[in-house]
Amino acid sequence: MSFIGLHFGNTSTSIAVTKGDGKVDVIASPDGERAIPSALSYVGTDEYHGGQALAQLIRNPQNTIINFRDFAGVSFDKAVLPEIVNSAKAINVDGKVGYEIEEDGKTTKITVDEVIKRHFQQIKAAAEDYIGNKVEGVVLTTPTNFSDEQKKALKSATKEAGLNVLQFINEPSAALLAHLTANNKLEEDRIYVVADFGGVRSDAAVITARGGIFTILATEHNFELGGDQLDAALSEFFAKEFEKKYKANPRKTQRSLAKLKSECITTKKTLSNVQSSTISIDSLSDGFDFHSSINRLRYEVVARDIFSKMAAFVEETVRKAGLETLDIDEVLLVGGTSNTPRLASNVQFIFPESTVVVSPALDSKALDPSELICRGAALQAALIESYDEDEINQSLQPVVVNLEHIAKPIGLKNADGEFIQIISRETAYPIKRSLTFDTPGDVLIELYEGERTIEESTVEPEEGEEEYSDEEPEVLKKVVYVPGQLLAQIPFKGETANGKLEVIVRITVDGLLQATVRSGDKVERVDVHST
Amino acid sequence: MSLTLPALPSSVSTAASLGKYTAAVRKPIEPVGRHFLALYLWGHTWSEFEKIQAETDVKKAEDVNEDAEFDIEQSEELIEHDPRDWKSADLYAVLGLNNYRYKATEDQIRRAYRVQVLKHHPDKMGEKGGLDKDGFFKIIQKAHETLMDPVKRQQFDSVDEEANIEPPAPKSKYDFFEAWGPLFASEGRFSKKQPVPELGNADTPKEEVDAFYKFFSNLDSWRTFEFLDEDVPDDTSNRYHKRMIEKKNKAARQKRKTEDNKRLSELVRRAANEDPRLKAFRDKEKEEKNKKKQEREAEAAKAAEEVKAKREAVERARAEAAKARAKSKAKPSYQPIQTQSKGKGKGKGKGKGKKSTVSKEQRTESKINIRNSVKDANYFGTELQSEIDHDINVFLDNFEDEKSVEVSNAIAGATADAVKEIFDAAAKEYIEQGFITADDLKFFAK
Ligand SMILES: Nc1ncnc2c1ncn2[C@@H]1O[C@H](COP(=O)(O)OP(=O)(O)OP(=O)(O)O)[C@@H](O)[C@H]1O
Ligand SMILES: [Mg+2]
Repeated sequence: MSFIGLHFGNTSTSIAVTKGDGKVDVIASPDGERAIPSALSYVGTDEYHGGQALAQLIRNPQNTIINFRDFAGVSFDKAVLPEIVNSAKAINVDGKVGYEIEEDGKTTKITVDEVIKRHFQQIKAAAEDYIGNKVEGVVLTTPTNFSDEQKKALKSATKEAGLNVLQFINEPSAALLAHLTANNKLEEDRIYVVADFGGVRSDAAVITARGGIFTILATEHNFELGGDQLDAALSEFFAKEFEKKYKANPRKTQRSLAKLKSECITTKKTLSNVQSSTISIDSLSDGFDFHSSINRLRYEVVARDIFSKMAAFVEETVRKAGLETLDIDEVLLVGGTSNTPRLASNVQFIFPESTVVVSPALDSKALDPSELICRGAALQAALIESYDEDEINQSLQPVVVNLEHIAKPIGLKNADGEFIQIISRETAYPIKRSLTFDTPGDVLIELYEGERTIEESTVEPEEGEEEYSDEEPEVLKKVVYVPGQLLAQIPFKGETANGKLEVIVRITVDGLLQATVRSGDKVERVDVHST
Repeated sequence: MSLTLPALPSSVSTAASLGKYTAAVRKPIEPVGRHFLALYLWGHTWSEFEKIQAETDVKKAEDVNEDAEFDIEQSEELIEHDPRDWKSADLYAVLGLNNYRYKATEDQIRRAYRVQVLKHHPDKMGEKGGLDKDGFFKIIQKAHETLMDPVKRQQFDSVDEEANIEPPAPKSKYDFFEAWGPLFASEGRFSKKQPVPELGNADTPKEEVDAFYKFFSNLDSWRTFEFLDEDVPDDTSNRYHKRMIEKKNKAARQKRKTEDNKRLSELVRRAANEDPRLKAFRDKEKEEKNKKKQEREAEAAKAAEEVKAKREAVERARAEAAKARAKSKAKPSYQPIQTQSKGKGKGKGKGKGKKSTVSKEQRTESKINIRNSVKDANYFGTELQSEIDHDINVFLDNFEDEKSVEVSNAIAGATADAVKEIFDAAAKEYIEQGFITADDLKFFAK
């Protein structure tokens, strides 16, 4: 029996499993797809799944179901249906979102629950085929804005497909877990933005990592931004070119549109890897074949507005968290669209140089952004597989997860008057942190709350850059914490044991801050309360 | 940054707490990863108290920003409001929904309620030293109960004066659209038919403006006044008294409803009166009517003029002809038509002795027009170019200048058929008057 991690997106689904050595494998479908299109299509008695189903959008769109994930657990009345549909149209089936399809010669109406069940049956089969073992438990990821009802609907549909959801986890947290585990950086206190650009939506979250504990500070969602917009822009570009050449309109029929879109997706993905791509479509419209090519630069111009919106979307999320881009240590780009080099550079552009943007376009060692989420889910699945369901549910109780977080960092003042941080802002307690100093003795330990300031420095133009000297000197900004509110004073008199002195800061469950100074058997403790 | 601690000054001798750290915020952590699992296993024994504590007052990232907007401070007066008299309190302000009112969605009401409960829960107020504040908490609950029930909410919305927008003071100077647009948007909330048309702006076309006033003049309102009812005692002891209050309430409701309908129709009437667009439409209509009238008059005058001119011309011609005949009695009754020497022929048979009112330019132009007209008419689709050109020369030799101009004007822009008709008519006229004979012409008037 195996446990897997699943990322179930509107556009694609990916499966991962943690092996004995702790390494994570992303599972390919029998067709070799690692990002398996979340699509089902019905032709006669046959059910097509994944890429094969997607291909049916050209011949058989009315029996091909795509983009259904977000409808899980949402009543038809509340569902936001897309304006343009090039696949089976969402209809009201028993008050839920559903579809009318022709299956085995008969017209049937199926709810989105049924669609999800069938999709997961296929996913389960693909996973079992690959692992060679029965799969029963899954950790399933959802966007942060998924409601309890939506998760309930997902859980029961998954169960019908023979898979038991052990735990739901948030997509951005899963992605961050995978990234930090792979790079062995879990324990560093940092502030991350996890920006997920998918097919039909974009999601972003500001997440703090504090000693391996994640807290989401803010989230942002946009349901009109994603890879689909890029496909549409590219399709329109080529449609215009075709029109000019042949005086024929390729947007007239759904079929030629679908053909164009499908090829544009391929072209778009190719341009993420190489500088130029050809496109060729037999009999696109009015009997004309279409052969053309495009280079990356041209594509980036065609889709410029969309890339700008994506960068602005990331910036807005930071703002929502009450932070500035200066406060962000790292931006993790997630989702299929994050493979796009231009997106990575646009995002890098809005952050200071000190902020690391993680994307394969900027660092070839970065994990594939399409796989980060399922990898994190697989890691979590391996962690909890030895617990029974009750224990897992207990760990999700409010008393476990709803914790008090300190608002400002806590630390000491050094001999130069600077702030030395011991506990970062936004750290959840109970917590204990300590710092050891090499000092002979007779020192004053002053505990402070850190106050955020911005330090500006101008960069002197380097040698050989004289020609630009009439430009404004570049101003570099940096967030620097300085001693703010004094919390406690502890004098240490006499010699330290082995020349070492330890300062321990602990905050108990009740919010009592205990500052302890210790050297050998000499111990001094002061309690600090909160406002 | 150096990890060197400051030296101990002589002034500090004892350890002490000197300040408080900023209050913490409760938020969910993400239940993922081994560090979380360790934390969970490590803190496994929580007390019941902590369990309850952990569920309240949690700031979740998903709704942090949305809920902040409901966090509006209530006025001292509202907080002190007598809970027994909750019906007269501003229930939207109670929930911090001041900015939404009848527009608030059910979800917003639910979330706003949660925000207020957290803020005003009697336990919490006691903690902050604001004892005895559970009166307001009762009002919060009443507000929630009322606004979540569609029927009760409609009753409250009917009397929510705060959502009403006052019309501009009469005779004051104001921007029509700024003043009345929001007013009608707000009045429109009472319409059974939704959505309601908008007032629009200065550029709204007439049909839409008319439709707007028609809609509001006939607005079918759901506004009711139950909320202002006097409470009916629920003890059955005095049935007569009860009946009386019920009767009084019913009458009051009816009266208020009638007053409200009157109020609205007066508003509509006033707005229509002061609507600059309606005035502009009326002015334009008047202007158009005037213009049409003037045009009609001008046309009639012109027609009369033409008739007069024609009559005069004919009379003149007759007189000339008679004079000419008398003058050359010995001569044959007609002059051979000269076609070669146009210059010389000029004036022959024309109103000799009478000074032409036509300028030289006009004359030349009209002649060119006449000459070109047959070419432009493609010689009327015939092969008879030389015949037609011949006739034209006959005409040009015999037309008075006035006639040339008249014909030239008539044929300007006319169809080929019309041109032929004009020449035919002119030919007939001249034959009739004896200036030329039918034999002089080879094509026209045949
Ligand atoms: N190499 C690539 N370069 C550019 N775009 C890509 C690449 N690979 C996939 N995409 C695009 O990424 C999008 C799908 O991303 P992803 O699989 O993360 O979406 P999802 O999470 O399944 O769907 P959603 O987030 O919309 O619910 C599609 O638009 C796809 O065309
Ligand atoms: Mg996604």
